[in-house]
Amino acid sequence: MAPASSSKLQGLDDLLLRAVAGDEKAYRAFLTDAAQIVRRFAAQRMPRHSPGFDIEDLVQEILLAVHAKRHTWRPGEPVAPWLFAIARYKAIDAYRRRGRRIEIDIDAIGDVFEDPSAVPNATAHDVGRAVASLGGRQRAVVSALSVEGKSITQTARDLDMSEGAVRVAFHRGLAAIARKFGKD
Amino acid sequence: MQTDELIADLAGGSRRHAAGATVPFGAVAAFALLVGFGVFMLLLGPRPDFVASLATPRFDVKFVETGLLAAAAIAVLAGLARPARPWRERLGWFAVPAIVLGLAVAAELASVPEHLWAARAIGSNAKNCLLAIPTIGMPVLAVLLFALSRQAPTRPRLTGAIAGFASAGIAAAFYAAHCTDDSPLFVAIWYPLATLVLVAAGAVAGGRMLRW
Repeated sequence: MAPASSSKLQGLDDLLLRAVAGDEKAYRAFLTDAAQIVRRFAAQRMPRHSPGFDIEDLVQEILLAVHAKRHTWRPGEPVAPWLFAIARYKAIDAYRRRGRRIEIDIDAIGDVFEDPSAVPNATAHDVGRAVASLGGRQRAVVSALSVEGKSITQTARDLDMSEGAVRVAFHRGLAAIARKFGKD
Repeated sequence: MQTDELIADLAGGSRRHAAGATVPFGAVAAFALLVGFGVFMLLLGPRPDFVASLATPRFDVKFVETGLLAAAAIAVLAGLARPARPWRERLGWFAVPAIVLGLAVAAELASVPEHLWAARAIGSNAKNCLLAIPTIGMPVLAVLLFALSRQAPTRPRLTGAIAGFASAGIAAAFYAAHCTDDSPLFVAIWYPLATLVLVAAGAVAGGRMLRW
């Protein structure tokens, strides 16, 4: 099942072990290796012809999940099955969400669409609804970055967060919106 | 955002934002048991002849069945809680309480004259049983689901349903100390019905609470 070389998979155990002990460099190396392994996994699992689906989005979702749930790996257990179980879970999740949307090549039906400028408020309304569905920091961050168009640095200063935290909150906020509104 | 940027952010923030801690599942189960006990004592309490009843096998076997159900469910949950841990092979443990209950029913049918079967099966506490077990079980289920949501179950609905079995086993063990219907015929009908309420609630709640 494992598409990556076995030495890389074994290296993961060591890297993650050092990472949980507080080694930031090891953690970065772990995530980099994990991203490569997971990317190959995602590319194999996902249908080749997937308009509107970006493998890199799935890779990032998996990495965020791995990060958020890194405490569920216990030292001494092999990392690879744990990593693949998370990857599979997220892939199924992404696949289901996609399955509920209908993707049509826009060129084929371009004439049918109304001129978007004729319905000026539809997009603004949707964006407002999407942002309003978020809570707390995610909402503040997504609204600052996407609606007000502020920079990450500016937003971090305004909200008294680190830039990294702003990026992560932004990413999660968008993921939450995709989850909520992708289903409709 | 580029993936390597995300990696840099996650790695850079990893020290400031400590990883969530895992509570050992045994501790979670013990706490859930305590919550069940608290609700039970608050609402019902053991029946007056509790100690004397311990000498009757019909009374005791209720605790064996419910306790084994709770133990089997908790063993499966401990596996389901984290990615890539074994749980399938533990499903067989659910057969143990079922077999004990089946044997108890067989013994009851063999030892009690036929015209008493219906009365024993219907008992006098059917409605209480259907209300009390879910009532005691809900807070227990809530504790289990909360603990599981800090973990990473990759089968949210199934995990919720098994948590329903665990909470039902715990709640039923306490309720058994209160209920005066000790016949296995009563237990075999009403306890599983009450259990199904918690299993369904667990499956629905798990599908929502345990996604990540």
